[in-house]
Formats: sequence, structure tokens, C-alpha cells
Amino acid sequence: MDDTDQIVLSVDGLQVLIDVLTADGYRVIGPTVREKAIVYDDVASVADLPRGWTDEQDGGRYRLVRRDDSALFGFAVGASSWKQFLHRPVVKLWRARRSKNSWQVVPEVPPVERLAFIGVRACELEAIKLQDQVLLEGEHPDSHYQARRDNVFVVAVNCAVAGGTCFCVSMSTGPKAESGYDLALTEISDGEEGTVFVAEAGSGRGRSLLAKLPHRPASAADRQSAKAVSERTAASMGREMRSDDLHELLHRNLDHPHWDAVAQRCLTCGNCTMVCPTCFCTTVEDASDLTGKEASRTRRWDSCFTIDFSYLHGGSVRTSGGARYRQWLTHKLATWFDQFGTSGCVGCGRCITWCPVGIDITAEVEAIRDSEAD
Amino acid sequence: MAAKINKPRLAVWKFASCDGCQLSLLDCEDELLAVAGALDIAYFPEATRGAVKGRYDLSLVEGSITTRADAARILEVRQRSRALVTIGACATAGGIQALRNFADVREFMSVVYARPEFIDALATSTPIADHVHVDFELRGCPISKRQLIEVISSYLAGRRPVTPGHSVCVECKLASNVCVTVAHGTPCLGPVTQAGCGAICPAYNRGCYGCYGPMETPNATSLTDRLRQLGMDDSAIQRIYRSFNAEAPAFRNQGQRRGS
Ligand code: SF4
Ligand code: SF4
Ligand code: SF4
Ligand code: SF4
Repeated sequence: MDDTDQIVLSVDGLQVLIDVLTADGYRVIGPTVREKAIVYDDVASVADLPRGWTDEQDGGRYRLVRRDDSALFGFAVGASSWKQFLHRPVVKLWRARRSKNSWQVVPEVPPVERLAFIGVRACELEAIKLQDQVLLEGEHPDSHYQARRDNVFVVAVNCAVAGGTCFCVSMSTGPKAESGYDLALTEISDGEEGTVFVAEAGSGRGRSLLAKLPHRPASAADRQSAKAVSERTAASMGREMRSDDLHELLHRNLDHPHWDAVAQRCLTCGNCTMVCPTCFCTTVEDASDLTGKEASRTRRWDSCFTIDFSYLHGGSVRTSGGARYRQWLTHKLATWFDQFGTSGCVGCGRCITWCPVGIDITAEVEAIRDSEAD
Repeated sequence: MAAKINKPRLAVWKFASCDGCQLSLLDCEDELLAVAGALDIAYFPEATRGAVKGRYDLSLVEGSITTRADAARILEVRQRSRALVTIGACATAGGIQALRNFADVREFMSVVYARPEFIDALATSTPIADHVHVDFELRGCPISKRQLIEVISSYLAGRRPVTPGHSVCVECKLASNVCVTVAHGTPCLGPVTQAGCGAICPAYNRGCYGCYGPMETPNATSLTDRLRQLGMDDSAIQRIYRSFNAEAPAFRNQGQRRGS
């Protein structure tokens, strides 16, 4: 799609977008304020969006604060990612019933739900691509993920502010959405016409939907403003991390004393893996009822910070916090390359912000790199 | 399938405790009939009267050991029980009454009772596992109904109960709560506390106060540093660790720590 396909939507136009998606049978999910944070949840109208709010993010600290304008998407990323809707935290896999002397196993059919995501960030689009690769491109595609993924309509919104823990520029994943969306918007807040969105389609269905919305063509000035938004954001990343040498750097430092230094602080609580949009690990839990006639299996997110995660016969392989933190960080930044040919980190910064003690993936890598220079 | 002639015999025993955990079983309205259908509830002072002599297949033990008589009684309970499961913070960690372990009990008694010589209390409140072998410990103050039913169901099926030892934070994130520590600056013991409650307190915008006791690999030293950054002083830190699980080692150590 070339630049001439860009159009300009008003806030009312955005409301029509939500209405059209809803009328098409989509459950529309977008950013909204809950418990003093921006989370992704159901949105019925633009009034549900976090108008005039932004997020201050730092290691172990998040604060919702007022902006001095009425931007609808003037924040970085939500508290938890879109993973919660595609790769659900808890999924029932099957139920079984005992009849006479046999068991009848009934697989749980994934519910068909059409989801429309509004406000997906560039790093999050990349994270979804990584999860697609892990969960769909193997010999055993995950039918539950597939059922949801196949029906998603993605409206990306390019970041107009970088969060304090963002480093997508370092990971080449943002801040401008390049692919993987149906529509991409750039918000120009509080201009002469009020807040407007420069929009472009990234798919056929995106293009036909765009045509249904009230709009005007984008002028050269509009396109320039949109470009400037992404450039400004790129220049104001809260964090950075050199990423071209990570695979080798980490593989040669598996016995580095720094892993144990991090373990002094690390709570092995697992928050980082839960909020990470690319972490995909799960465990299964079996249940049986009191009568012994019904059983079921449930899958839920697991974390490499738990003891059970590496439990083999006789015990856990990674008992120390250092071993668990190393597993997590080296998987994200090094062994993911061995496994999937790419980095497992998209630089969204959530693991830094939502770590209760503010352990910072970029700083820990830097500490290891610096030690080599000494 | 032929009806079972002999249902396993269940007993519920009470030591020093508030009865809250036993009541969790009575509170399982929907499941209580199924429990009674699957097990012969042979001894349950909270629900029935009169002790039944004999042996029990599954004993649920509530409460801690605080008297010499109870120290002797738990030995008998163990001898009569094929499987012994402790329920609740009192039985697994000594409970709130273990606060006496940090103080002089004789002094308390002389102040509280007119005739302290009639009081036969040990100087400490100790968990059941300090006295006899325990087959399984169910945490919580009080325990969760869901987990209690899980323990009984798994016992009946001969499988391991699903009661993960990881942090409350994992449950908190599975429930899509917003972290109260990170987003509000509210002190929370979730990272060092074992899951099981479903992260109820953070769901209501409160910090976890540790009623399930320490998680599998608690790093309470690091969390204490964080609590201090959030503005808690030594005595606030001591109070937050010294509640239902004050005697659990990971929490006890923090309660004794002084500013650093
Ligand atoms: S490792 Fe951290 S910064 Fe990287 S994608 Fe995961 S949560 Fe985001
Ligand atoms: S970092 Fe840990 S939880 Fe995340 S995908 Fe890798 S092994 Fe799984
Ligand atoms: S790095 Fe932070 S969030 Fe991750 S397990 Fe350690 S303390 Fe928890
Ligand atoms: S609110 Fe408490 S339990 Fe929940 S993630 Fe934060 S620290 Fe953990």
C-alpha cells in the first residue's frame, strides 16, 4: 500500500469503526482504565478509551497520570498484553466421564469468538507473530490458539509516546507498525480539527472496512505529521539494549557470577513471564471429582520461575533463583534464536515495569557485557 | 460398578485453632453430600457429637500444639490415621497463636489470669509436623474450600493434589489483576506467599498479607528491602510478617530483621 492510500479519520470516525466491527459480530477490545492502570478490555465506545491519560513506567513502578491534552492513545503499552485473549491464561482441554468400566473423553471445543483488537502496538504485533510461530507453525498447532487467532481483526495504533521501560527501537520491533495489522492508525491529538487519526489498511478486509468509515484523504501535511509522531517516539525510548551480539554474549557467559547477583534480588515470583507477550509456556492440571466419575484436564500459563517447571523424576533441575533467571533471560535473548531463528524479546518493557523489585533485562545484560570489557 | 462396601473413614481433629478451617468443610454446601457419599465421616466435633473409636483412613487436622495434653493427643491421632493432612495456618505453621513464641508466656498468664497456676500451656505454639509425620499440608487462614475438596478428591482417586507451591503473583496474573505494588505502591506479600487463594486480596486492591505462608522458594529478604522502599519501617515490617504464619521460617527471619 502506498502513501496515497492514507486517509484521515475523526474521533467520530473511530466510533463508527467500533460500531461497524461490533455490528459485524466482533467483540471489540481496547485500552481502558481499570484500577489505576491502562488494561485491555471490552470497549463499547471511544468514551471507554483512556482519554487524556498516560502511563509513567519504570523498574517496578507504574503510575497512571493525566496528560495535558485529550489524546486517546497517549500512553505506551497496557499492563498485560493481548496474549491474555489469544493464548488464554486457563483453558479447559477435555472432560471425561466414567461409564461402566470405561472412560469417555470429550475434548473441549474452542469457542468461536471474533475478536477485534484496537490499539495494538508495533512491539505487540511482533509478539503476536512470535506466538504464531511457536503455537501454530509446528507439527502440532494449538487448536485453541488457532481458533481465536483466525478470527482476529487487528487495529494497530502507532505509539505517540515511548514508555519509560520501552526499547523497541533496540529490538527493531517499533515504534511504527510495519505489518501484521488490518488497519494502522497514527493519532494526531488536538490539532486544528481536534484529534484525528491518519489511517492506512494492511489487508483486504482492512481496506474494505476503511471505505465504510467517514473520512477524508490524507494531505501531504497529514502524512508528514504522522511520520513525525513515529520519529519523535523512536527518539525517546526509555531504555536501550544493544542486541546484535546477544546470542554469543549470553552463550559465553552461562556461568557468569551475575546470575547469582540477580538472584539476590529476584523473588522468583514469575510476574515477568506472565506479563511477557511472547512467553508461551503452559502446564496441565488434572482434576477428578469426589464421586470418581468425572475427570478433566486444564491447561494454564506456567513460568520457568516455578519449581515444578523443571521437575524431572526426583526433583527440580533449576533449584537456584540464579538458574531460573538465567533460563528466562537466555531463552528470551539467546536460545530463542537457536529454537526459532529470532529474538524472543520485542522490547515492550513489561517485564521491567511489572517486576515487583524492578529487575531490568536491559541492565542485567549490560552488566554482563560490561564485565567482559573490564 | 458394585457399590463400595467400606467407604474410607474420615476424621477431622481440632487442636489450638479458631474452627474456621473445619467450617470451610461445612461451608462446602454443594459438595458436602458428595463428601458424605464418598467418605464415612466418622469423627467431626464441629458437625457431630461423640467420638468414634477405631482407625481412620484420612485425618484432617486443624490447629497447632500449645498444651502438653495436645502434644500427647496428636501422637494418638497419628497412630489411628492412615493418612494425616494438616489444614490451615495453625496446623501447618503454628498460627497466630505462635506469636507467643516471640514473647514470655508466663508473663502473659500472670497478667491475664487470676490463677495462672491452673493454666497448662506450653511456652510455644508449634505446627503439627513438629510432632508427627504429616502426609500433606494444606495452607491458608482459612483454607480454601476449593483446595480442600481437591485434597479429598485426589486422596480418593489416589493422585497428587494440585496445590502449586509457586507465588500468589502467578494467580494474580492469571486473574488479570493490576499489581497493587507496582501500580499503587501498596505493600504486598504475594511474591513470597504460596498460591491457593486465587489472589483474593489484590483483586480487592489490597496487598496480600501472607495467610498461605511462604511459597516454595521465598526470597523474603529481597521483598523486605522493597517494602522498606515503599515506606514501611521496622515495626511495620515485623507486623506484616508476624501474623498467621509468623513461625514459618522464611517469615520468622524477616520479623526479626532490623533496618539495613
Ligand atoms: S522480555 Fe520483557 S521487554 Fe522483552 S518482550 Fe518480554 S516482557 Fe517485553
Ligand atoms: S522464558 Fe520461560 S516461561 Fe517464557 S517461554 Fe521461555 S521458558 Fe517459557
Ligand atoms: S525478575 Fe522480577 S518479576 Fe521476574 S521472577 Fe524475578 S522478581 Fe519476579
Ligand atoms: S499484587 Fe501482589 S500478588 Fe499480585 S502481582 Fe503484585 S505483588 Fe504479586
